Amino acid sequence: MKLQPIFKAGILLFTFTAISIFFVSMVQDSTQERIKYNERQLLIQRLGELVTSYDNNILQDKFFKKTMLHGIEQTLTIYPAKNNNQTFAYLIEHTYPNGYSGSIRLLTGVGVDKKLLGVRVIAHKETPGLGDKIETQKSDWIKQFLGLSLSNPTKQNWKVKQDGGIFDAFTGATVTPRAIVTATYQVLELFSKPCLFNEKPCN
Amino acid sequence: MEDYIKITKNGLWNNNQALVALLGLCPLLAVTSNIVNAIGLGLATTFVLVASNTTISIFRHYIRKEIRIPVFVLLIASFVTIVELVMQSYFYDLYLILGIFVPLIVTNCAILGRAEAFASKNSWDKSLLDGLMMGVGFSIVLVILGAMRELIGSGTLFDQSALLLGDLGSTLSVTVFTDYQGTLMAVLPPGAFIGLGLIVAIKNLIDQKLSQKSV
Repeated sequence: MKLQPIFKAGILLFTFTAISIFFVSMVQDSTQERIKYNERQLLIQRLGELVTSYDNNILQDKFFKKTMLHGIEQTLTIYPAKNNNQTFAYLIEHTYPNGYSGSIRLLTGVGVDKKLLGVRVIAHKETPGLGDKIETQKSDWIKQFLGLSLSNPTKQNWKVKQDGGIFDAFTGATVTPRAIVTATYQVLELFSKPCLFNEKPCN
Repeated sequence: MEDYIKITKNGLWNNNQALVALLGLCPLLAVTSNIVNAIGLGLATTFVLVASNTTISIFRHYIRKEIRIPVFVLLIASFVTIVELVMQSYFYDLYLILGIFVPLIVTNCAILGRAEAFASKNSWDKSLLDGLMMGVGFSIVLVILGAMRELIGSGTLFDQSALLLGDLGSTLSVTVFTDYQGTLMAVLPPGAFIGLGLIVAIKNLIDQKLSQKSV
């Protein structure tokens, strides 16, 4: 008989849990289509900033590649952009671990001619007001990579101005632009190796 | 009627959760770097407060004393999850910014505090009003702090309001100082602490002046 209050409390707690689960799952059920749609739209929009005229289902054709990049082992997500079944560019999603405060997630577009189609930041934790000028909403800085390649500019110029290169750094923030420049150069280097598209591992 | 006026006054001023109780500081300090974020989180918090207060007060006779805290947390967490899902589906851009702070509403002690101190003892209409007023009071502080930090930190007001209001919002954005380099400290966490401190000080000053007058 002593157990009775505990049983009552247990049943009550169970009832509340069941009702809560019911309502939450109802909401989840009715919103999940839209949430998936939103996520897809965002990705398409981001990819569309780098490549425009592709006719394949770029989200379905993506593939993953595990490799060493930026000094860490990571899994790249690679989106091939095709026209008439002919791939003309690859969009590579990768992580650069050494931003000013944590890692920066980047999307780098490279054409088959090994020229950059552009770089976009997907996620970062850089200082608001200083380092966040790498976002396209805040400044056009990141758009300057369009058309560049491993040989243009030359290797010693692939640096921010403080390090003797050609890329501007923002006032008060050098680490963030340096990180983007370095990351972009290393992606181009990786791209020039055939292993990125083979079954074989890169290193 | 007097009760309702007292509840309203308590929520907005006398027992303001952010200024007097100093509860819910984690989201308060983290998201107030501009007005739009502040409004977004304020609305979400207010909704959760109203919903949890009302529900808890309706079921207050069934919730046994020994399991009341788990039940409160369960209900609050359910409402927060619902808010998060709705935000994700209808205000996706805003969700991308506020995303990590929305689940943190669960840990906002102001909500659990109101459930325990008010909703579990009062009728549903009073609890609803209490939740609404506490939420509005909290949101006002969020917005004031957001406005201060945005103005001092980046020289704009209502920047990126398109995230909340769609195309209508882009006309709202005001650049107050053109060619302003920004004051970084206002945007960074210390700016939030200093700003909140100033607001609390101003409130206390007003209270002091008022009590001197009445004496």
